[in-house]
Amino acid sequence: MAIIEVVDLVKRYDQKVAVDGVSFAVDEGEIFGILGPNGAGKTTTVECVEGLRSPDGGTIRVDGLDPQRDRARLRTRLGVQLQQSELPDRIRVGEALDLYASFYRDPADWRELLARLGLADRAKTEYRKLSGGQKQRVSIALALIGKPKVAVLDELTTGLDPQARRDTWSLVEQIRDAGVTVVLVTHFMEEAERLCDRIALIDAGRLVAVDSPAGLVSRVDGEQRVRFRPTTPFDVVLLEELPEVSQVEKHGPQLVVTGTGNLLHAVTSVLARNQIVAADLRVEQADLDDAFIRLTGRALTE
Amino acid sequence: MLKIVNTEWKLFLREPSAVVFAVLFPTILLLVLGAIPALRTPDPTFGNLRFIDAYVSTLVVIALAFLGLNKLPATVATYREKGVLRRFSTTPVHPARLLIAQVVVNLLAGVISIVLLMLVGRLVFDIDLPHHPLGFLATCLLGMLSLSALGLLVAAWAPNARSAGGWSTVAFMLVMFFGGAYLPRFLMPEFLIRVGEYLPPGVGALQESWLGIAPDPVQLAVLALITLAAGTVAAKSFRWE
Repeated sequence: MAIIEVVDLVKRYDQKVAVDGVSFAVDEGEIFGILGPNGAGKTTTVECVEGLRSPDGGTIRVDGLDPQRDRARLRTRLGVQLQQSELPDRIRVGEALDLYASFYRDPADWRELLARLGLADRAKTEYRKLSGGQKQRVSIALALIGKPKVAVLDELTTGLDPQARRDTWSLVEQIRDAGVTVVLVTHFMEEAERLCDRIALIDAGRLVAVDSPAGLVSRVDGEQRVRFRPTTPFDVVLLEELPEVSQVEKHGPQLVVTGTGNLLHAVTSVLARNQIVAADLRVEQADLDDAFIRLTGRALTE
Repeated sequence: MLKIVNTEWKLFLREPSAVVFAVLFPTILLLVLGAIPALRTPDPTFGNLRFIDAYVSTLVVIALAFLGLNKLPATVATYREKGVLRRFSTTPVHPARLLIAQVVVNLLAGVISIVLLMLVGRLVFDIDLPHHPLGFLATCLLGMLSLSALGLLVAAWAPNARSAGGWSTVAFMLVMFFGGAYLPRFLMPEFLIRVGEYLPPGVGALQESWLGIAPDPVQLAVLALITLAAGTVAAKSFRWE
């Protein structure tokens, strides 16, 4: 059952259209990703869902509520982790949670919440003394303090080191396992692929596709890449002539050959015939990045 | 609401510079000035009052001006810049409560600062307590509120925390000047004294109620009017993000 429904959402800033007719539905209990490059309109879309911005067109329902008309009731059912939202420097973690818990009629036990987020020993620490990963976890805790049915997490892992990012991912899975629907805004392909049950691909304010990660990848399936470093220079036309090959790119000393069918066999045969040794040879299957390029005509990560 | 005030009060106490300047500084300055013999000798030119008797009202201005024009806009602009207000707006509680809590914290800090000043003045230098307590209280309250309203106006209009700091420093200096912090008011030309009387926080009314007569109701009315006007404009034009 859909807990969030967005139909034909339009949002303009002055004359610029930030979101242009986006529609999607989020099912209860899933991790729903909103994936797209910076400036695609992801944050604007979720801000309309959160009721922080009023749409210029379209309708939104969150658990049956209109985010503009039922703001007050929505606040008690929707937990929000905002992109780049901090706390006062000198507030202690426990104080912040206690304060925000007091805003809700039936809040979660903040001590238990801190323990769950691995912050139990930080309750007396001032906010400014936390690491980036810890601040992010406090932010998640504040999003969950009101026992929301839906949590919106915006650019959760931006600026975190790889370890902290992986830790945060397992937290998001825990949140979902506890029965909270999660909307995850991200521009990291890997994050979306790893966490999301379904993904809405957004580019330049428009919805490109909604599907599971595997479903999106299957749209470009059959495509693969062979990557290697030739030990002697040669004319790449030899490869481009092959029927299996669709594209040959040079990245420094490396060649990247994209194509379909029995690509690897075709490429290595040509190389063998010409006595060229392929060092560091790797074969890559299509991933979400490729799906994004195929669907939008440009790369997700710049 | 009480919890927000309580939290903001704790945060205020953890900011050493704010506590020192708003709460302790006026009293420290009184102790320093009072240590100079000439300033605690009765002077027939001001009706046998001592310099420090006349100057305590200026010390009150310093405390109130710092709280209303310096600390308030700086805190509010920083909260906006850091997204604290925005995070509030995702909860069932309106971020305006955070601003109200700031004003309440300022009132508390102002009360403590002034009480400390009165006690030390009375015990150390034998300065009389305000002769017209009700008038003094009313002026302090209106003075604090009018400065807070101006402070919020600065916070509402300044594009970021840095320019809020700049603008509020200018306003702070002006209020301090007219309040007689740099140049004792009796040395000012008549015109400047008049301006100071109507400018928040109403140093003229503070001085009068301290020295014995009820404050001029016109001056209090002007303060109330400034509070209302600045407060309304600030509320109407405030940006939460």
